[in-house]
Amino acid sequence: MSNAILEGAGPAGESAGGSAAARTAHTTVVLSMQQALNRALDEVLSENPRTLVFGEDCGRLGGVFRVTDGLQARHGGQRVFDTPLAESGILGMSVGLAMAGFHPIPEVQFDGFAYPATSQIVCQIARMNYRSRGTLPMPITLRVPSFGGIRAPEHHGESLEALFAHVPGLKVVSPSNPHEAYHLLKYAAARPDPVVFLEPKSRYWQKGEVDLGAGDGIPGGSPTGARVLRQGRHITLVAWGAMVARCLQVAALAAEDGIDAEVLDLRWLKPIDAPALAASVRKTRRAVVVHEAPLTSGLGAEVAQLITQGCFDTLKAPVERVTGFDVPYPAGDLEDEYIPNTDRILFGIQRVLEYRRG
Amino acid sequence: MDTLPPRTPGNAAGPLTAAQLRELYSLMLAVRHLDTSAVTWQRQGLIPGYAPELGQEAAQVGSGYAVDTSRDFVFPTYREMGVARTLGVDMVAYMSTHKATWHGGLYDPLASRLAPIQAVVAGSVLHAVGWAHGQTLDGKDGVALSYFGDGASSQGDIHEAMNFAAVLKAPVVFFIQNNGWAISVPTERQVAGGSVAARAAGYGIPALKIDGDDVVAVVGASRRAFAHARSGNGPVLIEAMTYRRGPHSTSDDPGRYRSLEEERAGAGEDPIERLRKRLLAEGAADEAFFAAALAAAEAEEEEVRAGIEALGPRPGTEMFDLVFQETTPALQAQAASWREESEHV
Repeated sequence: MSNAILEGAGPAGESAGGSAAARTAHTTVVLSMQQALNRALDEVLSENPRTLVFGEDCGRLGGVFRVTDGLQARHGGQRVFDTPLAESGILGMSVGLAMAGFHPIPEVQFDGFAYPATSQIVCQIARMNYRSRGTLPMPITLRVPSFGGIRAPEHHGESLEALFAHVPGLKVVSPSNPHEAYHLLKYAAARPDPVVFLEPKSRYWQKGEVDLGAGDGIPGGSPTGARVLRQGRHITLVAWGAMVARCLQVAALAAEDGIDAEVLDLRWLKPIDAPALAASVRKTRRAVVVHEAPLTSGLGAEVAQLITQGCFDTLKAPVERVTGFDVPYPAGDLEDEYIPNTDRILFGIQRVLEYRRG
Repeated sequence: MDTLPPRTPGNAAGPLTAAQLRELYSLMLAVRHLDTSAVTWQRQGLIPGYAPELGQEAAQVGSGYAVDTSRDFVFPTYREMGVARTLGVDMVAYMSTHKATWHGGLYDPLASRLAPIQAVVAGSVLHAVGWAHGQTLDGKDGVALSYFGDGASSQGDIHEAMNFAAVLKAPVVFFIQNNGWAISVPTERQVAGGSVAARAAGYGIPALKIDGDDVVAVVGASRRAFAHARSGNGPVLIEAMTYRRGPHSTSDDPGRYRSLEEERAGAGEDPIERLRKRLLAEGAADEAFFAAALAAAEAEEEEVRAGIEALGPRPGTEMFDLVFQETTPALQAQAASWREESEHV
């Protein structure tokens, strides 16, 4: 699986600017996503003295997923620290630290525990730049271990992207592999605006090559754009987070039946790279969007609308959505029934391919 | 209640001088005039709404008076006009929030050391804790002054803020104006145990419960609290007992939940009148001073009124331009179509 990702992501190689890549010395390492995130945070803390990493168990323990492992030992207890167990407190405190000129990188331990902090995120972080007429920017990178797939207790498998993408003043991003995780976190942590950074927790331990680059931006393209991880001619699969790897898997299965699927990793869920969506679907003329979040008012609806807007004349079929259901996230035993699996995505592809104009 | 350790040498600036007492009187009178004028302006249709602080002049001016604007930072709610005036904030820029010009007001929060006006009850108290912790991290000695009321004390964020501040030993002064009413709900139906100050003990935070209508007591308590927090001893809580003499806002009708007799009994003596008597008793001011103070307050009231009247709407482009530091293509597209379809530009 990871090979497929790497092939598509292939940063220094075939895709963009081969000659430029040849001129600069790129360093490539193999890391898990957890290690890639840890490395990104380590470098961010070293490069920007105003950054702070904090949250529940982020200090001595290194986080429940060990993403902040070793950071307190290396950067000290003032830069990397444990907070009391209260998410509103963590995010509210981030506002004040940002007002004092810091760049907070708080962690909410699990997706479902961002809800207690919603007022601070929606009413304060997202609006302070606006309320203060740009005098009090909120350069806050909120890391949230997100989505399902690890047989966790209730409230540990939520997908928050549509909620936060709906809030004016927030940006939302989710990496799909270690290379993206490393670069997107470093990019997000250098932004002057609040970014909700959704880490696909089921992918934390998947290893992959990370092209560390040569200090010349994110290898392989724009830091804010979507990215084609697999070229295809017949249909575009749009996904983010953990669903990207699943779509690549589906594309490989579909290829056995002669279906050539393109896989587009959306990366940024706000702002969405609408031109990239349109460019892909104008070519394939068909699209399936895949996400773990419930169907109704999910981000898939926004993606489908953007595709319709950009490609209405060329679309061969309505955009299909393969998503979680409109049910509370189920317990582990039913998790695989809820999260889009390869079969359900293949059925979605089939529905699109078999669509006939009435 | 007073659980703040006794003054240590150098902690307090000594008793207030006659000149300082007169300055406090002038400030309170200016605030009173702006406050009652704002209600009038609302009735005249000059501004759409206002939240009066009538009767809270001593609590607001006294606490604001202890702020050192070269290093401290103040986190208000939506009812701290008296604090803003004491800090020297441009009052037209401040009042612009009540004219519905811009939510946070048009003043520069960094220059004036006053965070944008906050409409969420208890919304900014955690911000004060974060800012204060930033002082600790930077090795600076600024103190965050956080305002909230008896109603806000019911919010969970207040618990989180006090606990965080105490755990982090953050230099914060929590200044509660207990004005007896959260819109229509009296303190006894709001605050279990009857006192916010009593809760401080649970966090190991020293607390002072004071007569919030005695400006001298408020200045004294605030100075002690600032000195304590500034010296690295962590947060302090002050509960200033006062009374909301007016409505919650210009849309409110207190007649539906309290009688005039209750109001009179609850309000007690006017805090400005109390200071006036004190000034006279101490020989710190004469009738000429009071007349001059009144004239100055009336002149200021007219000046602010003219400023507000002249204040036009902000350009609609600001709706889009001030959302992010780095805008998005979607926002740019929306701004472009707004420009195209709107008659304003």
